[in-house]
Amino acid sequence: MLALSVLAAVTEQVTGALGDTPAPDAIEARRMQATSFIAHIPIVCFGIAFPAMILFVHGLYLRTGESHYKALAKRWSKVALTLFAVGVVTGTILSFEFGLLWPDFMATFGEVFGLAFGLEGVSFFLEAIFIAIYVYGWDRLPRRTHFLTGIPVVLAGFAGSFCVIAVNGWMNHPRGFSIADGRVVDPKPWSALLNSNMWHELIHMYVAGYIVTGFIVAGVYATGWLRGKRSAYHRTGLVVALSFAALAAPVQIIIGDWAGRTVAENQPVKLASMEGLAQTTKGAPFTFLGWFDKDTGEVEYGIEIPKMLSVLAFHDPNATVQGIDTVPADDRPPTNLVRFAFQTMVGIGTLLALLGVVFVFTLWRKRRLPRSVWFYRVLVVSGPLALVALIAGWVTTEVGRQPWIVYEVMRVKDAVTSSDGLELGFIALAAVYLLLAAAVVWLLRRLAAQSPEQEVVPH
Amino acid sequence: MAEICLGLIFVGLTMYAVLGGADFGAGLWDLTAGGAHGGGRIRGLVQRSMSPVWEANHVWLIFVLVIAWTAFPVVFGAIFTTFLVPLFLVALGIIFRGTAFALRGQAGTIAEARVLGAVFASSSLFLPFFLGTVLGGIAAGEVDAAHPETTLAAWTGPTSIAAGILGVLTCAYIAAVFLAGDARRAEQPDLEAAFRTRSVAIGVLTGAASIAALLVLRSDARDLFDGLTSGAGLAAVVVSVLAGALTLFLLWTWRFTPARWTAAVAVAAVVVGWWLASRPDVLPGYTLDEAAAPDATLTALVVSVGLGLLILVPSLWYLYRLVLRGTLDQSYEPLDQRFRPIDEDRA
Repeated sequence: MLALSVLAAVTEQVTGALGDTPAPDAIEARRMQATSFIAHIPIVCFGIAFPAMILFVHGLYLRTGESHYKALAKRWSKVALTLFAVGVVTGTILSFEFGLLWPDFMATFGEVFGLAFGLEGVSFFLEAIFIAIYVYGWDRLPRRTHFLTGIPVVLAGFAGSFCVIAVNGWMNHPRGFSIADGRVVDPKPWSALLNSNMWHELIHMYVAGYIVTGFIVAGVYATGWLRGKRSAYHRTGLVVALSFAALAAPVQIIIGDWAGRTVAENQPVKLASMEGLAQTTKGAPFTFLGWFDKDTGEVEYGIEIPKMLSVLAFHDPNATVQGIDTVPADDRPPTNLVRFAFQTMVGIGTLLALLGVVFVFTLWRKRRLPRSVWFYRVLVVSGPLALVALIAGWVTTEVGRQPWIVYEVMRVKDAVTSSDGLELGFIALAAVYLLLAAAVVWLLRRLAAQSPEQEVVPH
Repeated sequence: MAEICLGLIFVGLTMYAVLGGADFGAGLWDLTAGGAHGGGRIRGLVQRSMSPVWEANHVWLIFVLVIAWTAFPVVFGAIFTTFLVPLFLVALGIIFRGTAFALRGQAGTIAEARVLGAVFASSSLFLPFFLGTVLGGIAAGEVDAAHPETTLAAWTGPTSIAAGILGVLTCAYIAAVFLAGDARRAEQPDLEAAFRTRSVAIGVLTGAASIAALLVLRSDARDLFDGLTSGAGLAAVVVSVLAGALTLFLLWTWRFTPARWTAAVAVAAVVVGWWLASRPDVLPGYTLDEAAAPDATLTALVVSVGLGLLILVPSLWYLYRLVLRGTLDQSYEPLDQRFRPIDEDRA
């Protein structure tokens, strides 16, 4: 079993279709790509979850006719459209970067995984069409039709995630092609698209979208709550957003367990890095916090829970967990970064799940909102925390895949552009993103400052 | 199959040139509208016309990219290596244009609207220019698919510069025609007249520039020139010229709705003409069969995008029908008027 997986690590690799070119700026390229992902991914969360929340409130309005529901749904839809605009541009940057930064990755494997992006193009199109119709359709389309035009936006949020994550899942668990003389041959795009690694990643990200969006939106209304804004409008904003997040957060723990077990099976070295497990161990312990020392192969200053890792990874206290040393030093990801990111995600995720449970329990048993001012204070920071957890999760999976761009098939340095001078591009891009973030915050504050009533006055 | 995929890319390019181009051009008219108060009327119209559609129009670019990298991965990688600099600038321009436009809709003061408008409008100028230089460089055979290299020369040759300039003019032209129709829908006769004049003037200018561009091609990209002056390529050029002339006539006689269609045909025929003239090569000297991904990939792509189009086309039709019937129109107001009460309060 062990011999087999070591063997698997030295399967044939490919050289890029654009030839063996120098890679002067691989680090800058990774920085640019990572920065762009970090700029785009919060928007993705809103694309996934916000339309469903908006339609929920919209549905309440259609059922009750209460104007504060309409004001809220309409206000949220304007926010969604603005964020969608930002997502359109940041998403376009990502697709440009695939070509600009990783031309050899695209040239070599585009024919294998490209299908997913073809579908994503269609899905993105539908999202753009219907979000415009929905948002500009307020008070202009028949009530029922208007509500229905929002549904494709929700569906496209799922379909888009499906397509993009199918590619990421494939990069982590490449399937659907053969290699002959270092060349990719015989692509099977459908089996690449429906790779076995995709499902847990997709569900994990989709639910994360609800957690991040829910807590960020709830945090906004919690801030208002602490300042004494308790109208029906504010209350609905708080309760709806928080309910979505509170229901999603505990579920994420179960999905996380599923994800962890799949990683243990498909990418044992990534799992070993997440846990700082230097050597293959039977009945491996889980170490909490601490610092991994590369020379001794030990986690210093950590809190060890015996056999816990074997339980988590294989649901068996005596299972053997593969260590980092099963691959050569060149093929190992940076352990501390991966481990730190992973523990950050798990820590915050657990906290958010607890917060969700407190809210759901209070609402269900006592039929009221929590009264403690501390609940609302924690809620204010829960949004940013959820975002940190999301990014930490992506760092875990992306840095944990290093040094590969296509796991065990193509190295990042073989995929990067041969162009020099990416530092300049990185600095420019980072500056632009900072500007963009500031502008978006400025805009959303401006929207929030307008009174809700103006959403429902006839004009 | 490879031919169908290339066809889809050109369909996407055509749609982007017409619809995306109209949005870039609207930005150009926004740029040249004049001072904050004098230009407020035009800017209000631009804001109102673009708001519901610019995102969907932009997706055509994504559509082209995803089909290109799936069906012709090596060509895609080579193009993005060769034109790293202009394409990076295009990417930055896309961020600036989209964000500034979306933010301007929420601006609270005339000063904010001016800054955001300036960013939006100036990126609308350099974006189509750089995209044009890339397309020109491809047409002039600057991409070496086997050993691509990032160079400055690849996008600064005569064909590139000509294509860049022609790109900007085409955007301005199609936008002026569309905006004339939009002004009529907004019941603003003075803006109708303004855009009628602009579209006729810029239409003549674009026609003249196209002839000049052909002369550039003759010396710099002879194969393409030959393709455009014979056979199917020539037919497309003739269609473009006729449609352009018909558009001028329709504009002259105040018929903006049919002019919208003929102007679109005039622009589309240029893109299609490029395709017809360069067949069967994808890049000059690099044939379709050499460039295309294996059949399994192409079939999967054509089937899935084809099915997607079955949903997409009616959806797009629905969006544009709502827009052209004015259902999604917000009430028209000059851009500077929104801020007058605030300004007066301060004064």
